Amino acid sequence: MIDLLNSLALICNFVIVPGLAYGSQLALGALGVTLVYGVLRFSNFAHGELMSFGAMITILGTWALQNHGISFGSLPTALLAMPLGMVLTIGLCLVTDRFVFRYYRVKRASPVTFMIVSVGVMFLISGLIRFIIGPNDQSFNDGTRFIMKARAFKEMTGLSEGLAIKTSQGVTVMTAFVIVIFLFWFLNRTRTGKSMRAYSDNEDLALLSGINPERVVMIAWIITGILATVAGTLYGLDKSYKPFTFLQLLLPIFASAIVGGVGNPIGAIAGGFVIAFSELMVTFAYKKVAAYLLPYNLVPDGLLQLLSTDYKFSVSFMILIIVLLVKPTGIFSGKTL
Amino acid sequence: MTFLIGKNMTGGYGGANILNSCTIGAEKGEITVVVGPNGAGKSTAMKAMFGMLQLSVGEVLMEGAEISKLKPQERVHKGMSFVPQNNNVFTSMTVEENLEMGAFIRRDEFSDTMSQVFDLFPILKEKRKQPAGELSGGQRQQVAVGRALMTSPKVLMLDEPTAGVSPIVMDELFDRVIDVARSGIAILMVEQNAKQALSIADQGYVLVQGSNRYTDTGAALLENTEVRKAFLGG
Amino acid sequence: MKTLIKNTILFGIMLMLLVTVGIFQSWNVALAILNLCLISAIMTMGVNIQWGYAGLFNAGVMGFTALGGIAAVVISIPPVQSAWLAGGSRAMLGLLIGVISIFLVVVVWKKTAKLGRIRYWLTALMVIGGYALMRMVIDPAIEAIEAIEPAKTGFLGGFGLPVIFSWIVGGAFAASVAWVVGRVSLGLRSDYLAIATLGISEIIIYFLKYEEWLTRGVKNVNGIPRPVPYEIDLQKTLWLQEWAERFEMPVIELSSIIVKISYASLFITVLLVIFYLSETALKSPWGRMMRAIRDNETAANAMGKNVTWRHLQVFVLGSAVVGMAGAMLTTLDGQFTPASYQPMRFTFLVWVMVIVGGSGNNLGSVLGGFVIWFFWIEAEPIGLALMNFITSGMSQENPLRIHLLENAAHMRLMTMGLVLLLTLRFAPKGLIPEVKR
Repeated sequence: MIDLLNSLALICNFVIVPGLAYGSQLALGALGVTLVYGVLRFSNFAHGELMSFGAMITILGTWALQNHGISFGSLPTALLAMPLGMVLTIGLCLVTDRFVFRYYRVKRASPVTFMIVSVGVMFLISGLIRFIIGPNDQSFNDGTRFIMKARAFKEMTGLSEGLAIKTSQGVTVMTAFVIVIFLFWFLNRTRTGKSMRAYSDNEDLALLSGINPERVVMIAWIITGILATVAGTLYGLDKSYKPFTFLQLLLPIFASAIVGGVGNPIGAIAGGFVIAFSELMVTFAYKKVAAYLLPYNLVPDGLLQLLSTDYKFSVSFMILIIVLLVKPTGIFSGKTL
Repeated sequence: MTFLIGKNMTGGYGGANILNSCTIGAEKGEITVVVGPNGAGKSTAMKAMFGMLQLSVGEVLMEGAEISKLKPQERVHKGMSFVPQNNNVFTSMTVEENLEMGAFIRRDEFSDTMSQVFDLFPILKEKRKQPAGELSGGQRQQVAVGRALMTSPKVLMLDEPTAGVSPIVMDELFDRVIDVARSGIAILMVEQNAKQALSIADQGYVLVQGSNRYTDTGAALLENTEVRKAFLGG
Repeated sequence: MKTLIKNTILFGIMLMLLVTVGIFQSWNVALAILNLCLISAIMTMGVNIQWGYAGLFNAGVMGFTALGGIAAVVISIPPVQSAWLAGGSRAMLGLLIGVISIFLVVVVWKKTAKLGRIRYWLTALMVIGGYALMRMVIDPAIEAIEAIEPAKTGFLGGFGLPVIFSWIVGGAFAASVAWVVGRVSLGLRSDYLAIATLGISEIIIYFLKYEEWLTRGVKNVNGIPRPVPYEIDLQKTLWLQEWAERFEMPVIELSSIIVKISYASLFITVLLVIFYLSETALKSPWGRMMRAIRDNETAANAMGKNVTWRHLQVFVLGSAVVGMAGAMLTTLDGQFTPASYQPMRFTFLVWVMVIVGGSGNNLGSVLGGFVIWFFWIEAEPIGLALMNFITSGMSQENPLRIHLLENAAHMRLMTMGLVLLLTLRFAPKGLIPEVKR
């Protein structure tokens, strides 16, 4: 019995808790991508850099607050600075839309053109970020580090395996939850939100119904800016902030959106968790769990790791390929172009 | 004065002219039907009156005022409503949401209008929470028309509403169209099923190659031997 | 006639720029830039085959280049006997098991279409089983191989063949991976190919970084054999020393220049061959059909042309060219460094070259490769000089000045992004537009 609990604690500590946090971050990122896809009808390769930009502004704001001795108690000060990040990222989105994307929208350019243009935007923002904050690791997390410490857990439960829950993980899940609730309320209960869904569903009919396309586009960018900032900041708090990680994150984020069904917000969230948990479960070393659950002499020598941790990004890729082969529209049947 | 009229319309989608000096008019409370062979320009004429293509010659007037320069969205604000032939519902949204979107430009309380639409199409009330994409073809057409009615329009334009539906559903749809017309709305309808459409029409236009060939009441056109031979199968 | 003049002028300007670098910086630098320009030009031609002929967006150029690079290692490095003895055959067996499993899975998948749900379970079982078996066989072998002299080798080595072969093999490696990726993602939406290529290139790089028994991973492989003489050997020859005296140049510098020129001549040959083949293909009936498909896919489909199959052909061919360029690059570097494969530097820079040069056009690709690479390299000294000039009014300790100078290098990224966006917007046809045939 105690072995079972120990192995459960082990799995919670290394798979479930990190999975919930990472899944929330991916879900927020995928929501942004899927929204832009649904309304603006292209895959925005610059989304990773948007997240990076939002996080960067938040970091700069956090440093400023910290320098002035302002803090947020046991929660990270970054949460206070996040609104500033959101505002500036929204600004960046709107400016890029006005000066770059709108031209192609009016011209009715092909989706591939939009993708290449978004690559150019990605270059630009990436360079801008490195220019402002430099390419190195930046840390900005403060407040209490742990909600639950491993040692405290062991003392509380008497188990030999500890379960640690970082504040950043808790903050991630809570913030993501709040944002998702708000987003769904907006999309399903407000006139503007419904008009966005209508525009995403059937552009021509939406225009016939008198829906203003530019307004829908603007709101889409505003929401995307908010989602990107939150996702980027939470990821930076939880792991660390390094400008180039966000290019790598593009793959799991796109994979989450596609796996869940592109253009479908519920899909984006589901996809995010599918990818996060798969990554963790496939690269987890099950040896210790086996040690708890199996009799002594049956425990194998190796780590019992399906794939080494170095390959964790390939997990999202493989899931993506499987989905493309088996059901390209994704779990929740998103759009096809 | 004709309530809505497109006079001497000439134009196309960029290349050759599809419409050649064609005139179509509709009156409040009446059903006006436009029929003709394939490629005659029926849908094009109606789209031109809605502003979806540029006219090189001709004008469109509503209640005497010229609306030729207005964009389609602006004409919606003026009281026009258009039901396209295809892709005419928001498939991922519920029936009720479709109707809400229909009323998008309205700033006032529109629940009365929605009740009226439900009275007109009782099955929609039953299925109000279902996604429109899950309904049958005939029911979808009802949603499409219902959506267009939510603005309490003065003119309702229908582009081949019975395309691809069974004869029973077509009859039902036409009954509804008559009900809508009775409420005082001008109906302008392009149809392939010429015989059935003309039988409910107060006014009928037969278009051939973008110009008017015959214009008369529906009943008269049905009696007209030439029309019968050419388009109604004798 | 006008285009001919214009193109000549453009290439002439390019030549002038290189000569200017030669005069003001050094001939060695100019030749180094030239060599990389040539390789970039070939890479750009490869990507252009995919984009210009078929409108395919390959976001994974980096991975295909790396495949070419590893080919250089696998072909030309002599085998490490002790490693082979320790576990080479077992490792090969493991790989074979892996390949056979994949093959079996595909066959079973195709033949069991009727079984419905069971098919998925069966396939999953086979995949897991095959993978487990492969790991059981190969893991101990890998450990043994990596244990052999890890500081110097720790890997299997290669075939010890002349390095020029690797250029073709590099193309073949890239082509095979492209075939697999293409089969899965072509025929679906255009974004899927982009994301799939993005993904596969990441995986390729990870594979090359972490499978040390094959590639030495991040320890890199140095001393890749060359197709041209070594400078040191040249310096010992008599004729070089005579020439050095005649041109009044240090022996070391002259040897370096001669080596670079030798590489350049090899690269130019390859470039001309690929250019010739590309142009011939473009003008052929095959080429016309490809362009017809690109311009109106729906119509082509309706005419019965199997668009997906044609796209696959083009995708594979383009990737092969990119792979070849990758092998050439590693040969030039003399070492294989997995960590150097950065997406910005490869994938996205090449795309700027394609767009700026002129898509759908081989000559445009060559020019684009030259121009963009030149500015990418020269942007750093120019940018620094510019920054210095702008901040010359500020004091030395001014933190803003320090920050600006330190990060001047990142201006490159912004500049490239701006160049791409401006070209797409105002000159979408590029410097040398596609000729309407």
